[in-house]
Amino acid sequence: MGKQINVALIGNPNTGKTSVFNALTGLNQKVGNYPGITVEKKEGICKLPRGVKAHIIDLPGTYSLNASSLDENVVIELLLNKKDKDFPDVAVVVSDVENLKRNLLLFTQIKDLQIPTILVINMADRMAYKGISLDIPYLEQQLETKIALISTRKNQGITALKDLIANFKELSVKPCLNASEIDTEYFDNLRKAFPNQLLYKLWLVITQDVNFGKTDRNEIDAVADFKTKSKADLKRLQQKETIKRYQFINDTLKKGQTIDLSTAKDLRIKLDRIVTHKVWGYLIFGIILLTIFQAIYDWSSVPMDFIDSTFASFSEWTKNKMPEGAFTNLIAEGIIPGLGGIVIFIPQIAFLFLFISVLEESGYMSRVVFLMDRIMRRFGLSGKSVVPLISGTACAIPAIMATRNIESWKERLITILVTPFTTCSARLPVYLIIIALVIPKGRILGLSYQALTLMLLYLIGFGAAVGSAYILNKVLKIKSKTFFVVEMPNYKLPLFKNVALTVIEKTKSFVFGAGKIILAISIVLWFLASYGPGDNFNNAEAIVTEQYASQNISQEDLQQEIASFKLEHSFIGITGRTIEPLIRPLGYDWKIGIAIVSSFAAREVFVGTLATIYSVGSDEEETIKNRMAGEVNPILGGPLFNFASGISLLLFYAFAMQCMSTLAIVKRETNSWKWPTLQLVIMSSFAYIVALIAFQLLK
Amino acid sequence: MQVTLADIKRGEKGIIADVSSIHIPLKLLEMGCLPGNSVELVQVAPFADPMYLNINGSHLAIRKETAIHILIEISNG
Repeated sequence: MGKQINVALIGNPNTGKTSVFNALTGLNQKVGNYPGITVEKKEGICKLPRGVKAHIIDLPGTYSLNASSLDENVVIELLLNKKDKDFPDVAVVVSDVENLKRNLLLFTQIKDLQIPTILVINMADRMAYKGISLDIPYLEQQLETKIALISTRKNQGITALKDLIANFKELSVKPCLNASEIDTEYFDNLRKAFPNQLLYKLWLVITQDVNFGKTDRNEIDAVADFKTKSKADLKRLQQKETIKRYQFINDTLKKGQTIDLSTAKDLRIKLDRIVTHKVWGYLIFGIILLTIFQAIYDWSSVPMDFIDSTFASFSEWTKNKMPEGAFTNLIAEGIIPGLGGIVIFIPQIAFLFLFISVLEESGYMSRVVFLMDRIMRRFGLSGKSVVPLISGTACAIPAIMATRNIESWKERLITILVTPFTTCSARLPVYLIIIALVIPKGRILGLSYQALTLMLLYLIGFGAAVGSAYILNKVLKIKSKTFFVVEMPNYKLPLFKNVALTVIEKTKSFVFGAGKIILAISIVLWFLASYGPGDNFNNAEAIVTEQYASQNISQEDLQQEIASFKLEHSFIGITGRTIEPLIRPLGYDWKIGIAIVSSFAAREVFVGTLATIYSVGSDEEETIKNRMAGEVNPILGGPLFNFASGISLLLFYAFAMQCMSTLAIVKRETNSWKWPTLQLVIMSSFAYIVALIAFQLLK
Repeated sequence: MQVTLADIKRGEKGIIADVSSIHIPLKLLEMGCLPGNSVELVQVAPFADPMYLNINGSHLAIRKETAIHILIEISNG
């Protein structure tokens, strides 16, 4: 096996960098996190000619090496640190043929770092359409590089790119312009002070406000002291540098690129006259949202019902086929129902991520940001908050991470704080099962009451998010500069491969991430429900048989009574009864109480918990829903899940902060325990109060 | 005639004359918002804010509060 080459993919957002990554690595990729931070790290392996392997990192998209966010930081940190194990042997800068001028800015900066660099010009299939022609040999000569003209959409040029990567040793490491001309005296002094260092690297270190975590600290400190210029002066120099780079790029492109405007077509502008229109724009956005809800509620109900009944029969089958005993019970009553509670999510999660990734890939999401900015600003949010709020309907965790591109800290913090109000997919199974139990089946104007209730719950979640943002905006005294720059990328037909990979990846990580918690909790719950302290639990059979001795009841009913008596006196029953006084005013019994308590680990545990608790108490094969419908309120009589307690539960889940992973992410993103603690306390007490009022009014 | 970018109307084109570098984020400069480059107002959201611009071939949206710090020379309607 030959040596492995480290390759870093770098490029502006919207250049199809990820498509290039997918084309090179296929399914040979994995997504993780950079140590200590939540920036997504995508890496993969690509086989090159002559048995050489390349380890490819897809770095976060950035417009330049002047970082303004955590994601962009990752790029510079890697490129400045030769000791990093991922330090690239070759940098592949991905550019879009239609935005070559702007994309080359980043390219010239990377050349200044003297790393062997390949320039990929992507979307070459659009050249004829746009009337663009390129003089590749001239550009290669001017830019001191090799160029791969490719089209990931048409799958062209990938082999040539692989060849270039394999032959990276032939690449020039000469910079393509001399940026230090912007202030000769200053850069001469800098060079004298640190003769062994790369000049451009020094300049980057001086001008960045970033934390170079992994790079050699002493070295950086020494350079950082060499400021001698005020912040304003440095910024002026950076502006000069940018102008200088653009001059070079303009000169190069003047000869190397011709654009025949007479054959060029611009679909983007024409489409945007409608899509971002004051009236039509909002109408289109509304229709898209409605379609998404329709898909989540209607289209995914078929596979979900199927999964629900499959797991119920699987549990029954296991019980019958395996030898009787505690182990079989653990599997049939603990693990399988617990797993069912997570697998049932897959259709909805997949639909949500499908829509979100299509909206992102097509370029439509930026138009939503544009349309919503002014409205969102009234509530102290940014147009960019719309993306987290929409992705929050899938899961608050990626949504909170998606706030990173909000430039203003205050707007970003408010977005982080209110995003958990949006109806995430973990709430969905709770909603669906309770709606099915307590909301009648009828229809009004062709829309079912149940679907309308669900839609209302989404609106309540969104309303709570926006309303609390409004309050936070008034309360929080944070002054921060607000910048707002959004690129409006070209419309693109989403690539099937990209969308499919996103859906698979996100669903997988969600299911396995949450699955672990749910499985663990199911097992713990099963133990707590199957064992108990003292005489009551251990002699349950004798006590119950004696109780019913005078009455004439069937053997079957007797067994049922014994089981429920046991459950009541198990560890879980005792815990549940202890907290019962607290939740009784909300209309819940101790079993729901246990489900709520375990939901604080993750909401989706609710259904799984009830499934586990109820299956411990019964023998027959039944779906979770039927079991819940059969439960009787011990005090008031009548079904436990009625309209009043159902609405109260729905509202409790709409507002309560019940997700440890979200709290952990908020802690990481805000770098303080203050915000997640506030979220937990305020959201949960609000939920309690609202649920209390709802039940007391409706009962 | 020189006006700020916040004052131009939809469909109007101009050349950027000056940008106030203290008020403008570096990112915007890097996206091509530099003196000498062309600019066109493509679309505005309700209340004329944010503004959707074509700057030197880059399509981007900025808020009015940023646009007032960019001076342009209107070339035609």
